[in-house]
This record gives sequence, C-alpha cells and structure tokens, in this order.
Amino acid sequence: MEKISNFTGVGVPFRYSNVDTDQIIPAIYLKRITKTGYEDGLFSTLRQDPDFVLNQEPYKNPSVLVAGSDFGTGSSREHAVWALRDFGFKAVFSPKFADIFRSNCGKQGLVAGVISNSDTTKLWEAMEAQPGVELEVDLPSQTIRLGELEINFEIDEYTKWRLSEGLDDIGITLQNEDKIAEFESRRASWRPKTLPVKGD
Amino acid sequence: MAEKLTLAEKLWRDHLVVKGEDGAPDLIYIDLHLIHEVTSPQAFDGLRLAGRDIRRKDLTIATEDHNTPTKDIHLPIAEPTSAKQVQALRENTEEYGVRIHSLGDKNQGIVHVVGPQLGLTMPGITVVCGDSHTSTHGAFGALAMGIGTSEVEHVLATQTLPLKPFKTMAINVEGSLRPGVSAKDIILAIIAKIGTGGGQGYVLEYRGSAIRELSMEGRMTICNMSIEAGARAGMVAPDETTFEYLKGRPHAPEGKDWDEAMEYWKTLKTDEGAEFDAEVFINADELDPFVTWGTNPGQGVSLLGEVPDPESFEDPSDRESAKQALKYMDLQPGTKMKDISVDTVFLGSCTNSRIEDLRAAAKLIKGKKLAEGLTMMVVPGSQKVRIEAELEGLDKIFKDFGAEWRFAGCSACLGMNPDQVGEFKRAASTSNRNFVGRQGKNARTHLVSPVVAAATAIRGTLSAPSDLED
Repeated sequence: MEKISNFTGVGVPFRYSNVDTDQIIPAIYLKRITKTGYEDGLFSTLRQDPDFVLNQEPYKNPSVLVAGSDFGTGSSREHAVWALRDFGFKAVFSPKFADIFRSNCGKQGLVAGVISNSDTTKLWEAMEAQPGVELEVDLPSQTIRLGELEINFEIDEYTKWRLSEGLDDIGITLQNEDKIAEFESRRASWRPKTLPVKGD
Repeated sequence: MAEKLTLAEKLWRDHLVVKGEDGAPDLIYIDLHLIHEVTSPQAFDGLRLAGRDIRRKDLTIATEDHNTPTKDIHLPIAEPTSAKQVQALRENTEEYGVRIHSLGDKNQGIVHVVGPQLGLTMPGITVVCGDSHTSTHGAFGALAMGIGTSEVEHVLATQTLPLKPFKTMAINVEGSLRPGVSAKDIILAIIAKIGTGGGQGYVLEYRGSAIRELSMEGRMTICNMSIEAGARAGMVAPDETTFEYLKGRPHAPEGKDWDEAMEYWKTLKTDEGAEFDAEVFINADELDPFVTWGTNPGQGVSLLGEVPDPESFEDPSDRESAKQALKYMDLQPGTKMKDISVDTVFLGSCTNSRIEDLRAAAKLIKGKKLAEGLTMMVVPGSQKVRIEAELEGLDKIFKDFGAEWRFAGCSACLGMNPDQVGEFKRAASTSNRNFVGRQGKNARTHLVSPVVAAATAIRGTLSAPSDLED
C-alpha cells in the first residue's frame, strides 16, 4: 500500500445521509473477480440523473467526498471502497460511518475521517460557494483545509499509522505467528472443524 | 472476586491471541470461516500474489449462494460473469483444498443457513464471513461478524483478525408475543427504535423473556438483522433451546467433547451485575406485526399504522430521507399500511428461509389461492431445507397456492442472479434490506415477516394473519 501523508484534490459536497453500500455500488457489479476497474459502478443509479453532483463539470475529477451521516451502511462489500478508490477518491468524510465500511477503507488506503455535523455543513457550503475547489487533507495533523476553514477530523491512531506507513495488515499479524500457534495448541477439541467432512 | 463480564466480553477474552498495545487492535482468533463466491475471489488472488497458503483449511468452508440461479440448476449458469465467478470459487477451493458445497449438493445454500445446519455454528466460537449477515450465527451465543474482502484474505492467511474491542448494548425484550407476531417483527421494531446507525460500534445482546421463548430460527432472524441497526454483531446467550437444536448435527461435538463443551457453554451468559455500555427496552406484549414503508430498515411502522408524514420528523436529515423514500416508494403520507397493494411476494433470504419460516407461511396459505395479479416466489435457504420441506409436502402447498418453488440461494434478496422484483413493482419481502434498487432497479420493497408475507399473498394488500379471520 502507498504511504499517505497529505494531498490536495477537488472536494465534492455530497448532501446525502444514510448512503448504504448498495447505493455506492449495486450488486450487479459484484460479479467480477478482479480487484480494480469498479469506477463504472460507483453510485451508478444516482449517476443516471444528469443533475447528480458527480455529473457536474467541476466535480469530474474528484478526490475528497464529504457526505452526510451514516455513510457505507449495509452490505460488507469491499467493492464499495474499490469503486470510490477507482473513481479517484482518496478520502471520505462523514459524521458517522458504518463499522465494516470504515474498516474496509483502512485496508485499501482510503482515508475515512469523522467530522462533526456542523463542520460537514460548513464544508458543504464552502464547496458549493466555489464548485470544484480543492481541499487539502493533512493526515499527520488530521486536518482538512479550505481557504480560511481548518477542520479537524478523527481517525483511529492505529489506522492512521498504518496508512502513513503504507503497511499491510497480514504482514503485521504474521509477526505474531508464534503466539497464534501457541493459542492453537490450546484450542479445545470440541471446537468446530470443517474437515474431515462428517454426516451424509 | 472475578470481574463481571457480559457475554460478548467473555468471548473476546477467550479468543484473545495478542492484546493490542499503544492503540493497536487486539488480535482475535477465528474458529470458523465461511466463504462464498462474491467476496472471496480477490482474497484468493491476494494469497496467490503473496505466495501464502491458507492457515487452517479445517476451519474453512465454502458454498455458492449469492450469484447462483434458483431454477434449472442442472444447466450451466447462463450469465457469463456469474458463471465465471462461481467457477473461480470452485477452482480456488480446489487449488487450496477447501471444502465446498456446490450447486446441487445437499448442503449447498445460503452460507448462514448452511453453517448452523451442519452443526458447525455453536456457542462460544468466533465466526466470520465476507457477508454482513454473518451476525446471524450470534443466535447460538457465538461472536459472529461480517468482514470485507481484505479481511477474508487476512483470515485465510492467519486465522485471526485485528479488531478493536466493541462496546456492548443490551436489547431487553420482555413479555410474550401475541399470535401472528414473530421474531421479524421484534427486530424491525428494534431497528425502528434505535435507527440504522444506533448499534454502530456495539455488539448487541438480545435478552429477556420474549427472546428466551423464541426458537433457534427466530433467534437467527433477530441476530441476522443486527447489521441493519448498524451493529456488526448480535448475540443471544445459549440455553436448552440452543443445545437441543445443536445436538446430533453432523459437526456438533460428541461424547466427551460434548460434555466438555456443555460445561463451558453453560458459563456463557452475562454475569449478574455486569454493565452494558447501553441498554434498550422493548415490550413484546405490545408489538404488532411490523412492516417498512421507506428505503432503509429503520423506516418501519406497525402494520396497523400508516405511512408517516416526513414533516413529522424532527431531525432535518430524517425528514429529507423520509421525503426521498416516499418518492421512491411512490407512497403518500397518511396512507394506511394495510391499503398498500403489492405485485409480488418473496419468501426467502438468510433472514427468513429456514424450515420454520416455510412451515409458518405454508400453514396460512394451505388450501387458498394467490391473490389475482400477484406473483410469489419461495426460495428455501438451503437444499437441505428444500428437501425437508418437500418431505413434509410444503412444496405442494406452495405450488397449489400459485407460488413458484425454487432451489436454494440468496435470490431476490439482493437480485444478483436473475431473481429480481421488476421495475416499479412493489414487493412484500421476508428479506432484510429495502434499500433503493436492492431487489432490482426501481423495485419497491416492504420488509415483512413470513406470516405477513403469506397473508399479503392471499389478500393482495399488506396484511396480518389476523386479517384472514374476517
């Protein structure tokens, strides 16, 4: 994973709350077996509306999505994160994220930062006043900057560290392989095993 | 004196491999990993790229469910991308030596129906799957949660997951359900009460006399929809109902193992005096059948009620979502829920496709006819459920009624396969999500219980079983 520090890009005022992952990418795009190329599925239903924000000229090459509360609810599909990433997004901000979605973001190098409801509204208004304006996202100081506006976002320390270092979770875990093996040596024999196959 | 712990905290303690320090997550051991065709191909590719093997093939099991047809299953899958995805799972499981139950196999079916049916899901274990409805398995007193594809790869490679401890929430459901009211109505009422984000960051523990009185099927229905309240996991402490359901299943412990397990399982309850981070109370005595009117599972109301006026919501974003929802659902505020006509009825999904669900619906429709102009599809949760239902003659009841009797799979719950609700059509669905476009483009979904689905199929309008008595 690429190391993330700070970056600047076009911000999108995304005035929707309760955006489930079915809306981010419908199930029909989940039939693929690849891990890239999901940009065509991103908000595919909403994008059929010519007035939809991502269809407007200033937002054609966006990097930062600022959404309403409860973003990424529902299905665990990581495709939602892949679609945002493949479309060009590097960060998503919302007052509240669904747990699985936020965890998926952290695995794919997409910054998911929590900001307050009032800061969300401030950002929306500032971006709408200058459509296509660029925001600066500074991960080390957990700050979003837009002109005079300076807004702090929350991200858990560990995810921040992993994103900043570009570290792969599996590699980190395998440093504890001896402890996993030790745990397994104590695993009770009644605990489930799928093999050998039992029953008819 | 020992520390007083909730059920979820006990399971966390007993699966802790490494305690995280300096803000790092804990490393939690995974007892059972279920996989399916949609969220696994990229995880296998990741393993292959890194040259890693699966750590515990003997704790991993695969089935085909999301993207599979529910009729003509003897023919090759018609849609090329679906066929390719199912083929990828078959090739991956063969290459890595993972047990798989493919289309046509008796144990093929929705992954959350298959695990419990095989006796692999049991109290006191951790279960994960690349599917948010993995919370279903919490009904056994297991810590079970949905994960993303990167986490699927992580579990395949390490049999563990780095996780931050959850907060705990008690959902106390006291009292007794009235006739015609079921587990689905309890969970829809809970979600309407706490909202789709109310459980975010929590493990829910469903407690109280109304939960204790439920069968395992009913408890699975409730835990299944924990994610619809934003909670990654939901659970019920195991009791005699749990043990009785499990005993004798193919992979349930036997002999000395069973005795040892029982000794442990009996300790799996929240200690007297343990504190939850949050508590919610629901009175089961007062519950009516519950249905949704909007486009998220929290937008629900008593079937005796009416479509709410968006202006009645205090929160501006709730007001806006209600407005958008009513527009999509083509509903007017003040319309009585029972006056809403539907075009189709779907009985199925990991929420309500178990034998008890099919029996409850069949009992109501027996000897009756599907309302004119309606269609109905019955999709058993697994091949085994289908066979069991056929042995009981339920298939004949459904077919005589005018419903289609299908093979097992996720089907119209998410409409990945050809089973979709038509455009601008209205469905009464026993599934778990009424999201925009979920059951097909512009499809309008009302979430209902199996008996409400059955009564609705008879009358053509959203109906309670008690409406059939008039």
